[in-house]
Amino acid sequence: MSAPLLQTHALTLRAAERVLVDQLDLVIAPGECWCLAGPNGAGKTTLLGTLAGLRQVDETPARGAPLSASGRVMLGGKALAQWRPASLAKVRALMPQQTRDAFGATALEVVLTGRHPYLARGRWGAWESDDDIAAAMAALAQVGLERFAARDVTTLSGGERQRVSLAAVLAQATPLLLLDEPVSHLDLHHQIDALERLARHAEGIDAAVIFSCHDLNLARRFATHALLLDGRGGWRAGPVNDVLCAEHCSHAFGYPLRLIRDGDDEALVPVRRL
Amino acid sequence: MTLRRALAIWTGLAGVALAVLVASLMLGSVPVSLREIGTLLLGHDAGLAGDVVWRLRLPRALAAFACGGLLAVAGTLMQTLLRNPLADPYVLGISGGAGVAALASLALMLPFFWVQTSAFAGALAAIALVMALSRRSFLRHDDHDSSTQLLLTGVMMAAGFGALATLILTLAPDASLRGMLFWLTGDLNGVDRAGLPLIALAATLLIVCPVAHRLNVLLRGAAVAHGVGVAVGPLRARIYLAASLATAVAVTTAGSIGFVGLVVPHILRLRFGNDQRMLLPAAALGGGALLMFADLVARTVIAPTQLPVGVITAMIGVPVFLWLLSRRAIQ
Repeated sequence: MSAPLLQTHALTLRAAERVLVDQLDLVIAPGECWCLAGPNGAGKTTLLGTLAGLRQVDETPARGAPLSASGRVMLGGKALAQWRPASLAKVRALMPQQTRDAFGATALEVVLTGRHPYLARGRWGAWESDDDIAAAMAALAQVGLERFAARDVTTLSGGERQRVSLAAVLAQATPLLLLDEPVSHLDLHHQIDALERLARHAEGIDAAVIFSCHDLNLARRFATHALLLDGRGGWRAGPVNDVLCAEHCSHAFGYPLRLIRDGDDEALVPVRRL
Repeated sequence: MTLRRALAIWTGLAGVALAVLVASLMLGSVPVSLREIGTLLLGHDAGLAGDVVWRLRLPRALAAFACGGLLAVAGTLMQTLLRNPLADPYVLGISGGAGVAALASLALMLPFFWVQTSAFAGALAAIALVMALSRRSFLRHDDHDSSTQLLLTGVMMAAGFGALATLILTLAPDASLRGMLFWLTGDLNGVDRAGLPLIALAATLLIVCPVAHRLNVLLRGAAVAHGVGVAVGPLRARIYLAASLATAVAVTTAGSIGFVGLVVPHILRLRFGNDQRMLLPAAALGGGALLMFADLVARTVIAPTQLPVGVITAMIGVPVFLWLLSRRAIQ
């Protein structure tokens, strides 16, 4: 096994006095595609934000803060806090769950956000080069929106807008992708396209993907590994079929599930309520 | 948006501003011909026309340009900082602080210099107060959008200052009421020096233009901005301070002229797009041209009576903005 891309040691996340994730030891190696699953409010977004470096990770637990993280997060063998924001942006990309467009912008302009780490500063400020435009157009093509480049994003549907955000993250061209519910608004066809795209990304050189998702069956199909949070501090990490099994998922989501098989296809289905 | 397109836009707006400047020098109670202005530019003496242009019209026109530019740039920055199209330079209570201080010195019949000084001090106090109250939301750079909290803090401050200003207006002696009303709507009458606002305009652009590409990213949200390598907290503090100081200098020079800071950024966005690298210099030129034009109208249309320039900016700005907005809706 090659050196880990992302590693946490005793990472503990707290929301006020509630422990979201307790003493998480996670090792993510290149080539792995991780699904982050768990019930609402279990800390998936908080964990992704922490792994992306959005909040400070203290050595020792801090008391009283609304959201606090303690422990260690290592990215590429270096502590997250030691990364400069500009170089970090070339190694990992984050797709947040929510987007709020206060002002209109074209889809191309939104995707060019992902090229921000690569802008070269000239005498008249930092402007996109032709290469940046080409990279953004290629990213739009990867999500099937190349003909939408000039469209105002405020006129797009929720699913189309989400694909634009995904294109922005792809345009950032980083080995590590952190995505918060990247397919929640997509139709089934585009969900599969997007997850296939992410799984392919994880197979690249020194690359890995972590995405949160509520569709356990899609996760079992496209992820290689899974991290399951139960919202009470407990967590389980490992190969996807071991973690996202009927027993563990029933426990984490508080609802009985069973696994059904039909040939090579498997599906977790909720047990009928009597 | 490319640099070439931005340069074309800037050149066009600079041309408009220059044309308005020349018109401002020519028109008024003493007409000055284009030939006389040419003579003046060559350094020759032109008698009365020379005095009128150098002493009265040029400083006033340049001060109008600088204040309009400052307000439009501050408005653009506030709309970006708060991610809110309704934001303007005054939304966080800066003009309220300046207004209360200025009205208080007008009520005490202090000389013009002290009115200006206390207006600036009032603006600084308001900036410091908002900054202290929303310190946490500036420093936070996680995935939560803190602009709402900042906006509410500022709006509450503005409401408080507004009440204080009304109180002073009620208690003030009748003789000072007209001056107070002009101050509140904005007025360039008696402004004879343009140096300070022009320097402030240049300084503001020098502070914000080098980070304009980061402002584009900040518009997409704090989490996205952080994800692509922008230190959100320091950037927010920088543009808040730049916008606040720009506003403070503008209201100190010419009172709280409304509407330039709200409408000019929107007109430019609707017409040219929302790229801050293009927009900030364009707002300086466009806002300057609009206010210079409004002041020209204010002092000539029913001369010798002077109208408050803030009324004219709204009368020009409202129809132009509504026209652009309806045209965009049809597209």
